[in-house]
Amino acid sequence: MSFWTFLVHYRAEIFSRTLEHLLLVAAAMLAAVLIGIPVGIALVRRQNLRRWVLGAANVIQTIPSLALFGFLIPVPFMGGIGARTAIIALALYALLPILRNTYTGIAGVDPAVLESARGMGMTPAQILWDVQLPLSIAVILAGVRVAMIICIGVATIAAAIGAGGLGVFIFRGVAMVSNSVILAGAIPAALLAIGVDLILGLVEQKLTP
Amino acid sequence: MNRAPHADGLAVELRNVGYSLEKRQIVSGVSFKVAPGETLMLLGRSGAGKTTTLKLINRLLETSSGEIFIEGRPQLEWDPIRLRRRIGYVIQDVGLFPHWTVEQNVAMVPRLESWPESRVRQRVREMLELVGLEVAKFAARKPSELSGGQRQRVGVARALAADPPILLMDEPFGALDPVTRAELQREFCELAGRLAKAIIFVTHDLREALLIGTHIGLFAEGRLAGIYEPDEFLHSSDAEARAFVDSLGTEHGRDRSSPKCD
Repeated sequence: MSFWTFLVHYRAEIFSRTLEHLLLVAAAMLAAVLIGIPVGIALVRRQNLRRWVLGAANVIQTIPSLALFGFLIPVPFMGGIGARTAIIALALYALLPILRNTYTGIAGVDPAVLESARGMGMTPAQILWDVQLPLSIAVILAGVRVAMIICIGVATIAAAIGAGGLGVFIFRGVAMVSNSVILAGAIPAALLAIGVDLILGLVEQKLTP
Repeated sequence: MNRAPHADGLAVELRNVGYSLEKRQIVSGVSFKVAPGETLMLLGRSGAGKTTTLKLINRLLETSSGEIFIEGRPQLEWDPIRLRRRIGYVIQDVGLFPHWTVEQNVAMVPRLESWPESRVRQRVREMLELVGLEVAKFAARKPSELSGGQRQRVGVARALAADPPILLMDEPFGALDPVTRAELQREFCELAGRLAKAIIFVTHDLREALLIGTHIGLFAEGRLAGIYEPDEFLHSSDAEARAFVDSLGTEHGRDRSSPKCD
């Protein structure tokens, strides 16, 4: 079967796997952003925790993805076979770039700007929302973009623990020694990564002051 | 130029104020009073405790000992946010918000104080004119589109926008080129005379202190060595004061009276 006839034949499955893939990534990214950005902000005020938290995130990043999925399976509550485990693993991977960029962005705001903001009577919340976040949003979003690309790529491995997604084609193709089947997973995954990156680029442009 | 009456009528009073950090005494035993219309110059070498003293007044730093009174009330009774909005603050690096326009920067405290929008706009216009910036030309610009001198003008306009009775200035003209600095010093001096605010101004430049100040508080090693009127300062026998006078060079001999802006 040629690649094209394969694509036409399997378009429904390709579509549903892509959707599955996107949902895995979206859930993981949501968790990573909701944890990573607040923790990154908190690290600026608690320098003593910084080494430990960034160090831990770094260590997680170095674990090979297949191994991380494997490690999580026997863990009670968050482990097991299926989407939940995959989302947790993906979120862990996405955490480092978001954390690190949030920290770097907030810590990089000009101290003179902060001093005048405090000195003129802004509350800590006003300083965070009106000064620190707008001035570091570009750096934070750059971290989110990197995390997103990593997530879309790594999510193909999630098929190994039964979480579905485009990885299903890749694993099946490897087992069948069929390039067409592999590409049916790989190409949509690559297109997803490029498309999402472009969209986030536009968002970044819109939000940069 | 009359010395402040005691108790009421004072804008800022420090009584035996000290500040220490990790057991190191940075500032100790500082006492002074500033009334509306007076400009107290805190003069001293780098590290003499001038900036620290300034930051104790608007509670960017907390005093370790002694007491500060703001408009007759103990400083600690003030809510720190309210207190800071009553005190204009200008620093050497200006610290304008780079993502806001000049108009937004100047309007900052009035908007924090929820002034009605029409009054805010009116006030911004007045302030920009006051510091010599054309409203039509500058209001919509971002700080990155201004020269150093223009930026500091905006910094002064921002500090004055909510009409605070007290103004703290930390070497505001220190980073400017000599020509622009002289220009801003002259204008500010004239401005200070009109505004009737209590101004505390940190500098390490005696010439600036003589030009702008109604009084000069000399700092040395974390202590206030003395408070002088400008002419008095030039004839002081205090060693540190002499060192500053000598630094002016020969063309400013001891018998010269202090320069004034008007």
